[in-house]
Amino acid sequence: MSAKPFLKIDHVDKVFPLGKGKEYVALRDVKLEIRENEIVSIIGHSGCGKSTILNLIAGLDTISNGVILLEDREINAPGPERAVVFQNHSLLPWLTVYQNIEMAVKKVRDDLNPKEVKEHVMKYIELVNLDHAKDKYPGEISGGMKQRVGIARALSIEPKVLLMDEPFGALDSLTRANLQDHLMRIQMQTGNTVIIITHDVDEAVLLSDRVIMMTNGPEATIGEILEVNLPRPRERLTLQHNEEYLRCRGAIVEFLYSKFAKHDD
Amino acid sequence: MLLKTINTVALPTLLFGVLIAVWSTVSIEIPGFPTPMETWNELLVVLSDPLYDNGAGDQGIALQLMSSLKRVFGGFALAIAVGIPVGLLIGMSKMAQTAINPYIQILKPVSPLAWLPLALFVFKDVDMTAIFVIFITSIWPIIINTALGVRSVSEDYLNVAKVLQLSAFEKVFQIILPVAVPFIFTGMRLSLGIAWLVIVAAEMLTGGLGIGFWIWDEYNNLNYSHIIIGIILIGVVGYILDTIMGLIADYFDYRKRGRV
Ligand SMILES: Nc1ncnc2c1ncn2[C@@H]1O[C@H](COP(=O)(O)OP(=O)(O)O)[C@@H](O)[C@H]1O
Ligand SMILES: [Mg+2]
Repeated sequence: MSAKPFLKIDHVDKVFPLGKGKEYVALRDVKLEIRENEIVSIIGHSGCGKSTILNLIAGLDTISNGVILLEDREINAPGPERAVVFQNHSLLPWLTVYQNIEMAVKKVRDDLNPKEVKEHVMKYIELVNLDHAKDKYPGEISGGMKQRVGIARALSIEPKVLLMDEPFGALDSLTRANLQDHLMRIQMQTGNTVIIITHDVDEAVLLSDRVIMMTNGPEATIGEILEVNLPRPRERLTLQHNEEYLRCRGAIVEFLYSKFAKHDD
Repeated sequence: MLLKTINTVALPTLLFGVLIAVWSTVSIEIPGFPTPMETWNELLVVLSDPLYDNGAGDQGIALQLMSSLKRVFGGFALAIAVGIPVGLLIGMSKMAQTAINPYIQILKPVSPLAWLPLALFVFKDVDMTAIFVIFITSIWPIIINTALGVRSVSEDYLNVAKVLQLSAFEKVFQIILPVAVPFIFTGMRLSLGIAWLVIVAAEMLTGGLGIGFWIWDEYNNLNYSHIIIGIILIGVVGYILDTIMGLIADYFDYRKRGRV
């Protein structure tokens, strides 16, 4: 599985000014290459800089040193080729499920006529099995459904990269498992490149082709990269006792709780 | 059940009785103070022909109230037209906030009566003066609440706008205004309340027409029951205005349409 580098994070630093001449070096010399169609997860202790990396890729924050390239083009602003699924779904509460997605589609796909917009929106609503809830408002549906709408909205603009910041972190474990399966199925259909932030070891192994393990801040960087050599589609049930699964799981646990243990939270 | 009846019917009735008793006592103690019964009879007279028009200064109560309301809505509309854009600007731009905020803080506590002479001198017109004074005293809650609404737009929604690369215009109409509208209506409701307070005082001083003028005129005519009638009507109209504003505000508040 050796393809051209699709997304390249090249010696990136992120320094937050703290005022009064002080600063906080959140990231130091982060280097990472991500292939097209790959699912990569970033795992690390809370506060190590996972969201910071994602925001840099999304263009929501500025890079202090270094460069991030998507298909050889430098990233320096947000754009619809990099859709973000936020942890708290961030749906607009005054719009229905349909309207939330429609708003994104209308903005990004100005080549579509009204009929095509409708078909396009419905396609993505169906992709996350929410036809029955399309006219509901975010306040009327469950957390898991909201997150599915967030995913549908992100996918509907047909991004090159799907960025997900702890997308299932706020959900109960049954709903979370359900959405993980859903995400894997969708990704097999759409072939998106996915970067997903998580602090859940099982989630990282289950979903990813590679797991990026981060050291603790300040000056956090990539500590180890783990290849997960499990065939797809993956079945959480059969993986329970799979040797490769257990090896990956063990490696991450070892990294997080032994090599880079963090005791202060 | 019984307790509820007591609460909703018995207590207000009791309170009304107490009120009438106090009023009656006052009218006995102060010679010439209209009794509740006299006032009631006068109220029927006043309300029996609310639309008569014997030329300037002598018009029915409905016409007086209408002319007050016209000025109130004139000043109120102006306050909305200026206040919302200014509030949006302050809410969205730190620079505008720093520049404008000191003036808001200084002008906000100025009494409407202090503006009146200046406005009369500038406009030399009663209507314009009343409208200006209402404008300048009722604009502040609109500005402040609009800015507050803009600032309450969560970072998440703004990130959505960024990822979709919404233009400034799209951002205002698709993200900021929907969030800010309930706040704006809160400001407008406060503002309308102030406007209705101010008009009475302004009309007493400027004269001519309007419920404030009418009360002052009746004072000069020694017609004290009409003063009390005026007070009651001002209260009732103010209450109606506030209720209508509240209903409109709820209608535009996405959080109050059974959605959350
Ligand atoms: N705007 C900011 N200003 C200063 N420090 C920040 C800012 N944003 C994040 N940080 C710091 O950078 C570190 C990484 O944050 P973050 O990327 O949110 O961590 P996480 O891995 O939990 O997502 C944290 O120590 C945080 O306090
Ligand atoms: Mg985070």
